[in-house]
Amino acid sequence: MARDTVFGGARKSWKRVSALMRKEFTQLLRDWRTLVMILVAPLLEMFLLAYAVSLTVDHIPTVIADLSLDTRSRDFVNALEISGFFDVDLYVADESEVIRAIDEGRARAGVVIPPDFSVHIERGDAQVLLLLDGSDAFTLQSGYGAALAIAQAQATELMMEKISRRGAFDIGQLPISTSTRILYNPDMDDMTFIIPALAAMLVQVVAVGMTAMSVVREREVGTIEQLLVTPVRPLELIVGKLTPNILIAAIDLACVILFGNLWFGVAFKGDLWLFVWLSLVFIISGLGLGLLVSTVTRTQKEAQQATAVLMLVAMMLSGFIYPRAPMPPLVRAVGNLIPLTYFNNIIRGIVTKGVGLTFIWHDTLVLIGYAILVMLLAALTFKKRLD
Amino acid sequence: MSDDIAICTQDLVKRFRTLRGMVTAVNGVTLQVRRGETYGLIGPDGAGKTTTTRVILGLLKRTAGESSVLGYDSMRNTYEIRERVGYIAQQFALPADLTVQENMRFFADIQDVSAEEQQRRIPELLEFAGLTHFTKRLAGRLSGGMKKKLALACSLVHEPQVVLLDEPTLGVDPVSRREFWNLLGNLRAEKGLTIFVCTPYMDEAERCSRVGLMYQGRLIAHDSPKMIKRLVPGRLLEFTPSNFVPARQIVTGMEGVLEVQTYGVMLHLFVDDVARRRQEIAGALAAQGITCVGMREIEPRMEEAFISLIRRQSDQSHGV
Repeated sequence: MARDTVFGGARKSWKRVSALMRKEFTQLLRDWRTLVMILVAPLLEMFLLAYAVSLTVDHIPTVIADLSLDTRSRDFVNALEISGFFDVDLYVADESEVIRAIDEGRARAGVVIPPDFSVHIERGDAQVLLLLDGSDAFTLQSGYGAALAIAQAQATELMMEKISRRGAFDIGQLPISTSTRILYNPDMDDMTFIIPALAAMLVQVVAVGMTAMSVVREREVGTIEQLLVTPVRPLELIVGKLTPNILIAAIDLACVILFGNLWFGVAFKGDLWLFVWLSLVFIISGLGLGLLVSTVTRTQKEAQQATAVLMLVAMMLSGFIYPRAPMPPLVRAVGNLIPLTYFNNIIRGIVTKGVGLTFIWHDTLVLIGYAILVMLLAALTFKKRLD
Repeated sequence: MSDDIAICTQDLVKRFRTLRGMVTAVNGVTLQVRRGETYGLIGPDGAGKTTTTRVILGLLKRTAGESSVLGYDSMRNTYEIRERVGYIAQQFALPADLTVQENMRFFADIQDVSAEEQQRRIPELLEFAGLTHFTKRLAGRLSGGMKKKLALACSLVHEPQVVLLDEPTLGVDPVSRREFWNLLGNLRAEKGLTIFVCTPYMDEAERCSRVGLMYQGRLIAHDSPKMIKRLVPGRLLEFTPSNFVPARQIVTGMEGVLEVQTYGVMLHLFVDDVARRRQEIAGALAAQGITCVGMREIEPRMEEAFISLIRRQSDQSHGV
């Protein structure tokens, strides 16, 4: 008898959950505008962000004041241009005009070559003045690095030339040279670094936002009261509502990864199934976070804003763009509250490095714990009553 | 508790914590609804009708007292209650992007109605609610009246023994209101359904077998509409004065005039003795050059009784 009621209870429970899931799917498919938004927006955002968040800056518009106008100075300007980092589109008379061009935004970098450049080179004390627009950190970094490297290369070349003119015909190489090998990302392609993390972030936006909105909307239009007064249990309501969202988020993630592979050529190096399971954990933690958002917000607008804030924090602090190591401990701790932080390491580990669980077990463990905790918390705070 | 009681509350109290301190929404309500009757909880907005209903259903936690439905305690046996009652919330909303048929199926599945039963009941209920031709229409595209009928049909799909309706005809045109109440009348007659309805409309209160009058969280009277009307002392005199404002001032406070209510351009006076006061009032007004048209005695309706009872209650609570 007792077994009968347990079995009967489970059957009824499953019937309620499946009715809820059918309802959610029907509504989702009927609201095709939102569906298209959910499925297409991440792809669109990926294209925009992937191109916008290019971390190295090249083709910096550059202004030149060449006060020598001899072969040496022209060689140097040529070298700048050939490097691809600088686009020389403006020649002016002196330093003050270079500064004005940068002030006016016509150029972001300026080069001043002093008079008698070749004479100074022969004497070995030639100097080139490089002016960079410091208001843009990425331009500054790239431009500085590039100009330094170009000047050094030129200097080395000139030195060799000078030595060979003095009669030492075969001096070979410079005594020390560095040989660098970039692991996992040999072409130093930003995309390899950005796309996996971008995929994770976009999916988190969808998971959190969609869940928060769908619950808050039901509360706002009043359908939740009509549901609460049926025999539906809170946990059944959560499972019924979240299952379609898991599917949507998973489709999103697959699309973004696939497009990253086909369009941006980001190779998928690791174990696909491991990735699938961990993604599922990640998505569930996002849904739990969305539920929590829905319990603290009252209107769809509030839910939207809370989601936006969460995403901003995720973008800045999860290590998506900015490395987490130099952050002050408190700021890093805030980043620890976001599942994306752990999943970033996991997705970069699996997709970019192709490593297995042995290398990412720590983040995996934390992520699983996070998912369980956030779901538990959401289920507990999910309002069984209206007050 | 006897078996013929469907809904029962005993000294029910519900307080809300708000920014400005505690607010008592329901203040010691004791009521009983018998099986098969139509019970109307009436009262102005903010009287505590919705809160009472929600506490009875276990949607809100009660602060003190007892409440039960069909013998099941509102707080402890919430799910037993929910399998046996139908409910239409005041701000009710069925999923607007589901069709009429999908809504019916959804609530039937949720309430564990078997597929065979659904095949029988859903067309029957749609027929009864006059929605047979709209099964494929989205709920959001129905008219206000049809939405309410669909809500009623959905709340009946598991054949509950009790339905609780919180202002079910709010925002519905008079014709649809009448239709809705005819549906309720049929349900009571055919299935012996117990109906608990909150309403601010007095004409709807007249249709109930018993009413409870709620005011500021208290139940100030409960009885049949007929008995409620008898609670008001005196008899009712109606007339249209030619000059309204001074006329009202003159009659207020006249000897034998127990209460003055305005009704459009007419005045309603409760007086102790119609034959005697009628002459005096007409005389007093005529002395000021005010003529009275259509002075006659009328039966007090729920509306007059309601206003009178509330006034007395409010006078008492203000110590007048």
